[in-house]
Amino acid sequence: MATAADFRICNHTGLKVYATTESLIKANAVAAVVSLAVGGLLGLLVALTRWPAVHLLPAETFYQVLTAHGTDVLLLWILFFEVAVLYFASSVLLGCRLAMPKVAWLAFILMVGGGILANIAILQGNSSVMFTSYPPMQADPNFYLGLIVFAVGALVAVFVFFGTLVVAKDEKTYQGSVPLVTFGAITAAIIAVFTIASGAVILIPTYFWSLGWLANIDTLIYKIVWWGMGHSSQQINVSAHVAVWYAIAALVLGAKPLSEKVSRAAFLLYILFLQLASAHHLLVEPGVSSEWKIFNTSYAMYLAVLGSMIHGMTVPGSIEAAQRRKGLNKGLFEWLRKAPWDNPAFSGMFMSLVMFGFLGGISGVVMGTEQINLIMHNTIYVPGHFHATVVTGTTLAFMAVTYLLIPLIFRRQIMMKKLAQWQPYLFGLGAMGISLFMMGAGTLGVPRRHWDITFADAAMSIDLPATAFLMMGLNGLSAILAAIGGVVFIIIVVASVFFGKKMEKDTVMWPKLANIKEEAAAVATYGSEEHAKIPGTVVLVAVFFVSFVLYYFINWKYLAEVWPLR
Amino acid sequence: MAIFPPKARVWWNEPVQKTELIWIAVAFVWGLVMFFTMIFWHSVGEQNLSNETYKISPEAFSAKVDAMIEQYQVGEEGDTGIPVVRPPADSDVYMLARLWEWYPVLELEKGRKYRLHLASLDWQHGFSLQPENINLQVHPNYEMVLTVEPTTAGVFSVVCNEFCGIGHHQMVGRIRVVENQ
Repeated sequence: MATAADFRICNHTGLKVYATTESLIKANAVAAVVSLAVGGLLGLLVALTRWPAVHLLPAETFYQVLTAHGTDVLLLWILFFEVAVLYFASSVLLGCRLAMPKVAWLAFILMVGGGILANIAILQGNSSVMFTSYPPMQADPNFYLGLIVFAVGALVAVFVFFGTLVVAKDEKTYQGSVPLVTFGAITAAIIAVFTIASGAVILIPTYFWSLGWLANIDTLIYKIVWWGMGHSSQQINVSAHVAVWYAIAALVLGAKPLSEKVSRAAFLLYILFLQLASAHHLLVEPGVSSEWKIFNTSYAMYLAVLGSMIHGMTVPGSIEAAQRRKGLNKGLFEWLRKAPWDNPAFSGMFMSLVMFGFLGGISGVVMGTEQINLIMHNTIYVPGHFHATVVTGTTLAFMAVTYLLIPLIFRRQIMMKKLAQWQPYLFGLGAMGISLFMMGAGTLGVPRRHWDITFADAAMSIDLPATAFLMMGLNGLSAILAAIGGVVFIIIVVASVFFGKKMEKDTVMWPKLANIKEEAAAVATYGSEEHAKIPGTVVLVAVFFVSFVLYYFINWKYLAEVWPLR
Repeated sequence: MAIFPPKARVWWNEPVQKTELIWIAVAFVWGLVMFFTMIFWHSVGEQNLSNETYKISPEAFSAKVDAMIEQYQVGEEGDTGIPVVRPPADSDVYMLARLWEWYPVLELEKGRKYRLHLASLDWQHGFSLQPENINLQVHPNYEMVLTVEPTTAGVFSVVCNEFCGIGHHQMVGRIRVVENQ
């Protein structure tokens, strides 16, 4: 059992931090940021190649870089960071030791090793099969092996997280139920188990196939099972970044959930229904029935979407309630106007919330409608959608929480504070542009994962509309803006971690936190935010709802205009 | 706060405020509306993907395509050497996908229905009809059959929008839709 000497009490938050946990959070966060730096740069190269006027890379390099971009940011950056979030949400928030630290280090080593192996395979040039690696297209065996080893590492980390929950319960380091943020992390971890199991079920046979031990992989079955990993892994992101939203709202503004019951039930809906999303990728596939598509693509009547829509009210609602409690009560939006917009943790989090809902959420549901998918499948609308969820949603939220992680866990002061205040806006605006312009280009027929939309070398000439070219140009410009935001982020993080002044006992915390110790004492006297009035949030949610409904039916109208088919 | 355990041990008994309840109800109903719209469209809408699919070997599918070309070829597409085929209206038409072309060029009559058969001879491909922007996934060993009715005359392009290797961006095809004569 850990002794008191293995813990320190954080003098800004009052949280008990276990030394080994701290090291593991640091290691995983560093690996995450390195992956983001590499993968993000590759993303810029992709966008500059797809900008017809620039057309940077030659075809072969383009497909290679695109494969690496997907692997490094979608898998490595996100999962390393999520492991850090899991350790934080268990060991730090529950004030307990980390279970099986050696195993946790093993998990880390496996993840790093697997990530490097996959990257080497891609770099060698025989694995430009895209992140999805649809058979019968075949990659180098090491590509699959790398992904498998990485996934095993992630799975081990998830079990360390579960073990830590048991430790906390066993050693009674907290009373009653786990905090909401931990509950969100548990949701993410449960989905992760399902995700990684799906990955194993399909990638291990595919690995054997690439070695010549298996003759054949059925393309349709591969796709159904692969997306059990591919899409569910994005649901891990959703659960994790929603948990991060709640955490930032709590740390920066002292926000409490409007209702523990509602917020937890929303997470529960994720656990129960999110895994059906494999169907989103099979809506225009042969051999899959409409009944299967409709049930699965709607997550069983949109119950998981319901979960997200609930968080879409309760997160800003809890912020509004906290702000109003502090006296920012004028009109509908004083609480929002006078929110700490110069605090990068808050601004990043709030932009993540808004853009995830408006851009990522709405486009996802519309594109995931059985029939509407016909006019969007595999166009660049698809990357437009998931850049809204994974970049403006997850990545921006993780960047935002990094501004708290550095002073609280790395115990270094943030350097270049002025720049840090601008960073979320630069990155957020750039990422928003990427999403919107790709979606726009997709509705005009621009294909995804495509080197040359002028079709210069093709046997027959094809003219996509000029607007499509304009959109791809604007996408390139947005990517430059996002890349600047990304580089600024990396510079601030690296500079602060390596050269930042140490946080001493009396150092003033920046970004500014809510008075957590006082709030924590106060929290002992009330539970959920009781009967708080949140008129501003109601207006925001109403605007969201109207946009959602309009956009949904507009796309049915577009669908109705194309050739009848059945 | 969300980072601390809820104070009340029995937090699940706390009342939920009306605003939240209303939103949950609205969102739930909206979910049902979206769900039933998909089903509804199957009975009233004209754009629903067929559920007709057969297992087929690449050789067998290729033979069907060749038979159609043999019978109904009317010319070649420019100087590409690719046959242009004009099967009778309301009949079965075939288009195959392979590295890296859509084959052959089909000439269809506006306003008539065709049973379009799609399959790949090698890797997965993405049938993307432009500028209509109708997109279908094409697999090897699976023959998808759908009934399609071109409602506009003109020259339509088929591009590939599923990544299929280094020649992916050169993979194109064509469907010509002509007025009834």
